[in-house]
Amino acid sequence: MTISSNLSSFRQMHTDYIKRLFKTILLVIVLSLFNLQLINASELDYELVAEPVGEGTYVFIGSTKYFSKKNGGNIANAAYIVTNGGVIVIDTGSSYQYGKQMREYIESTTGMSIIKVFNTHHHPDHFLGNQAFKDVPIASLQGIVNTIDSQGEALNTNLYALVGDWMKETVAYSPTEVIAPGKMTVGGHEIEIIALNGHTDSDMAIYDHTTGVLFAGDLIFHDRTPAVANANIQNWLNSIRQLQELDYKYLIAGHGPVTTDQHAMLQTNDYLSWLHETLQSALDKGLDISEALQLELPKRFQALDILHEEYKRGVLQLYPSMEQAYFE
Amino acid sequence: MTNSKQLKIHSILKTNKPLQPAFKIIFNLLLLATVNIAYGQPIVDPLDSPSWDLVHKLILSNEAVVFDDRVKVVVPDMAEDPMNVPVSVNVDGIGEIEEIRLFADLNPIKEILNFHPGKIEPFIAFRFKVQQSTPVRAAARTKDGVWHVGGSWLDATGGGCTAPSMGRTLDNWVDTLGDVKSRLWSRADRPDRLRFRIMHPMDTGLAPGIPEFYIETLELKDKHGELLAHIESYQPVSENPFFSVDLESKLFEGIVLYGRDNSGNLINQVLQ
Repeated sequence: MTISSNLSSFRQMHTDYIKRLFKTILLVIVLSLFNLQLINASELDYELVAEPVGEGTYVFIGSTKYFSKKNGGNIANAAYIVTNGGVIVIDTGSSYQYGKQMREYIESTTGMSIIKVFNTHHHPDHFLGNQAFKDVPIASLQGIVNTIDSQGEALNTNLYALVGDWMKETVAYSPTEVIAPGKMTVGGHEIEIIALNGHTDSDMAIYDHTTGVLFAGDLIFHDRTPAVANANIQNWLNSIRQLQELDYKYLIAGHGPVTTDQHAMLQTNDYLSWLHETLQSALDKGLDISEALQLELPKRFQALDILHEEYKRGVLQLYPSMEQAYFE
Repeated sequence: MTNSKQLKIHSILKTNKPLQPAFKIIFNLLLLATVNIAYGQPIVDPLDSPSWDLVHKLILSNEAVVFDDRVKVVVPDMAEDPMNVPVSVNVDGIGEIEEIRLFADLNPIKEILNFHPGKIEPFIAFRFKVQQSTPVRAAARTKDGVWHVGGSWLDATGGGCTAPSMGRTLDNWVDTLGDVKSRLWSRADRPDRLRFRIMHPMDTGLAPGIPEFYIETLELKDKHGELLAHIESYQPVSENPFFSVDLESKLFEGIVLYGRDNSGNLINQVLQ
């Protein structure tokens, strides 16, 4: 009697349990479908919002981290100048998606069309959005055009590996107009093209004499550790010296917030000088590259985002060639 | 009532009998685990590699191993350049080391280099090629024949082993083949540092149309011709390899580097 009643209550419990299990599973499925839809909707949206820099200049400030699937490669600053004759775009971001979204934002907020695009250098976070501007002249220096021609597609492929889906449909699209350094008038603005190098073999800074805004490209990093993968540090330091002489009201760095003073220039200068001296002294002491990677970094660079990561990348890139020179 | 209870107990005892061998097995397993722990021998690979059993067999012939933090392997978290991944091995505090074997579990060619430190320090640093993310390990054999294994994971997007060497894209690599450049740093409070670079393509044989071509052995001998240390290197060592080793300053004078690649080209150079 007791056994059979125990058994029936066990059965009851069992059925209850299974019912609850099914309800939970159903709930999980419904929730995850809902969630998936949310993710899909926002998946490839960079959520670009431009911030004003004085009168008529705007900048999309990117993340100060490294490329990731989370940020979709949106790690650099892209900017635009609204002139009476139309909009000038400076750098186009890291993907076709970025370029498209940037263009939609500019056209819908200004109601004007884009008349000119500039690329400040050949790095993928600055030019892979070019595809969205095929109907506009895309201008750059000869050296930059050459490097995009020869390395653009390899850089694009590499970025697919780093950020994934965000890159879909992106191909490397080279600038369509070669320009010489010097002053030109675009949309009534007096634009000066300054040919420099050091961050890469060919870097272009743009100084808008009409507004006093300096677009430094990646020659200046602000609160973000400078990327030295293709750098010649001595040349880079020389380039910074030339930029310091300009009388700008606003400085738009390639990465990090906008400034009005010398702070970002001094910061970039300080880190690069320190890096060069540190690696040179590591070589002088006979350190192997794996020991140079483990050196302690000064406290004063704590303000620079992704300091350790970018330092290590820098050592891996620079040390072998410095060794080569040392042993010749 | 009493009778039925007794019967129940009896039946329980009866059914428990076959369990006794099981208890014995469990007891023995516990004993084994205790013994293992007492000998400092973790049962599992700390790097949780899918290929640990394989490399243990292939590279260490299933000989006795202990995972040991005193075998320090330094690699960057991420292989920025898969053709040139820096690695250093330093063994400190486990007595005399007869041999250090460096290997990467998931590389197509797993062996990287065997280092017999002999009369110099159990430290070596150089660069190597990697094909994909993999554990990078060093196994250091002490006199009792036990391999002390240390290592860490290296993250890589790959391609280092199946790409042709850079020199192949230039025409002049033959002119400099086997050239050696070296330098010694005297250091006050510790052994001196010797660094040397050898010009050699170090082709893996995995790049289409390029046969394997790599340095197989390197020997450091003192001025009397006595062997100080030797290295057996494999295809994954980077092109134009650059080695750092440490040694007492008195050993250095007149030190000679001998070497041979798999095509029989010889290296014979007094280091300075």
